[in-house]
Amino acid sequence: MITTQPRQIASAYDVVIVGAGPAGLAAALGAREQGAESVLIVDREREAGGILLQCIHSGFGLQYFKEEVTGPEYAERSLEAAIEHDVDILTDAFVMDLTEDRRLVLMSPEHGVVIVRAGAVVLAMGARERTRGAIQIPGTRPAGVLTAGLAQKMVNLHGYLPGRRAVILGSGDIGLIMARRLTLEGVEVAGVFEIMPYANGLGRNIVQCLQDYDIPLHLSTTVIDIHGHDRVERVTVAPVDEELTPDASRAWDIPCDTLLLSVGLIPENELSRTLGVRMDPLTNGPMVTSAMETSVPGVFAAGNVVHINDLADWVSEEALIAGRSAARRVTGNPHPADNIRVIPGENVGAVVPQSVSSDRPHRISFRVNRPILEDAVIKLGDVRRRRVRALAPAEMATINIAPRLLESFHGDALRLDAFAAAEEG
Amino acid sequence: MTTTHEGHEAETFVYLCTGCPLGCSLEVDATEEGILEIRGATCKIGERHAEQEHTDPRRPVSTTVRLDDPVHPRLPVRAAAPVPKGLVAPFVAHLRDVVVQPPVDRGEVLATDVLGTGIDVIATRSMAAAAREDTDARLATADR
Ligand SMILES: Cc1cc2nc3c(=O)[nH]c(=O)nc-3n(C[C@H](O)[C@H](O)[C@H](O)COP(=O)(O)OP(=O)(O)OC[C@H]3O[C@@H](n4cnc5c(N)ncnc54)[C@H](O)[C@@H]3O)c2cc1C
Ligand code: SF4
Repeated sequence: MITTQPRQIASAYDVVIVGAGPAGLAAALGAREQGAESVLIVDREREAGGILLQCIHSGFGLQYFKEEVTGPEYAERSLEAAIEHDVDILTDAFVMDLTEDRRLVLMSPEHGVVIVRAGAVVLAMGARERTRGAIQIPGTRPAGVLTAGLAQKMVNLHGYLPGRRAVILGSGDIGLIMARRLTLEGVEVAGVFEIMPYANGLGRNIVQCLQDYDIPLHLSTTVIDIHGHDRVERVTVAPVDEELTPDASRAWDIPCDTLLLSVGLIPENELSRTLGVRMDPLTNGPMVTSAMETSVPGVFAAGNVVHINDLADWVSEEALIAGRSAARRVTGNPHPADNIRVIPGENVGAVVPQSVSSDRPHRISFRVNRPILEDAVIKLGDVRRRRVRALAPAEMATINIAPRLLESFHGDALRLDAFAAAEEG
Repeated sequence: MTTTHEGHEAETFVYLCTGCPLGCSLEVDATEEGILEIRGATCKIGERHAEQEHTDPRRPVSTTVRLDDPVHPRLPVRAAAPVPKGLVAPFVAHLRDVVVQPPVDRGEVLATDVLGTGIDVIATRSMAAAAREDTDARLATADR
């Protein structure tokens, strides 16, 4: 990958971005295009690109680059665009602290501890994988229990295999992708176990990663015990009832030396919490306006740090908005403040952004709590209705809203509901 | 499952459309001779997908090859075009012996006509000459 370590770091930038994944790289592009003169991206890894560097499979870019590419290609193209726009990218540097007056404390082996002032900041720290709460099993954990993303890093970046026979807990996309990857590398994947009655990953991953390789997917089933002293030797799985309580009388054992956890991502918000931005308990990320601004003025956020996206393309598009808004702020041309809150209603989990304004078009992203398998309706207050084929918790959904729809709306909040058309009566 | 089409016995095959995240369930009625009817596709892509899945299923293939580099032991690569489904595993296995010397450009062809499929394998990222030199250059900058 093209490396572009800046010779020296300036003491002040128009916009400083934390994280060089697709969110950070697109935010930088948006900021430069909108007139920010100096933009710095800081990332703690040795290379820019974020998590996509280890996602070697294709399925990215259809929306953003109008071409289907793999994770590394997506990352490199995003990086090239940022470099072409004269963005400074500092890798191998950790952002330790961020204050309300937008001073960032960076630490890097090369530059030591440096303080940088920013006209605006974009938080783009991405997400990490959930581990805790995935399996409530007493006692110590033997070796061989690891997250699917860590296994992905081991295999794809370092070139070694986590074990010989694996069981995957959770049907998230990373786990499905790893089921195929491990199979192709000669590891036997005994099965994928999902506690919910529906799969959590994208349909195409179920087909291309499991069905193609005859890997069984057990729904409403979970791992209830892990056996082995130093290394995993087998796991016990059991079906669960409607309350998700395992039925130990119907449990069975599966010999394996590896248990991969693919139970979801959680936004990486240590820095946001230190700064004291207001968080949304539904997304686990900062609350954001339609300009992607957090509750701390001048601090914006985009990508998985705000809410978990399934597609990198959505991350990039949302981050362009954050970057442009950051530039608008430093060039004295901000968007008017939002005047309408968006509230999750029937069967809607989290909504981003949490508010909109009536002066320009917006796209609202959300997830449903329960799947609606056919003929679903998305309803935004009384101003917009959209029928879609289906809605599933695994797939983020969106609804667009145009200013003309809000012309005759005088309230201060819109409720977003999702339900089956049949239920409407 | 079997259905009857104008007197002919046809079998129904079900495919999940992977053309977009909607994931329509596609039903193909077909006999040995060919496809009689495709149902369940919401758009044209779905119809083409059903036909392709039924007659010549192919898959995108990504894997890694060995890279002679101290910092990056693996180089991500992909097949330049979708590979026939039945050949995916041998295709990946074939690439296990490939060793690549940096520098590498993204899109560079690393193997041609793998297993006689006519399909090439390309790098999905670029890699600088040697990461070691990179680090040396950086340290030199720091000393100054
Ligand atoms: C293991 C894994 C696999 C995934 N697989 C897929 C997939 O196959 N397809 C897909 O569409 N999506 C996938 N995702 C979701 C994926 O995260 C998003 O599509 C997209 O990469 C998110 O972009 P981002 O820029 O928000 O975050 P990231 O790509 O995670 O980038 C965040 C960057 O911020 C840096 N950072 C964080 N904190 C600091 C700090 N304090 N100081 C400096 N730098 C910091 C990190 O090093 C990282 O480089 C995956 C996610 C994970 C975790
Ligand atoms: S048929 Fe069309 S709408 Fe349905 S999943 Fe395929 S591409 Fe998407």
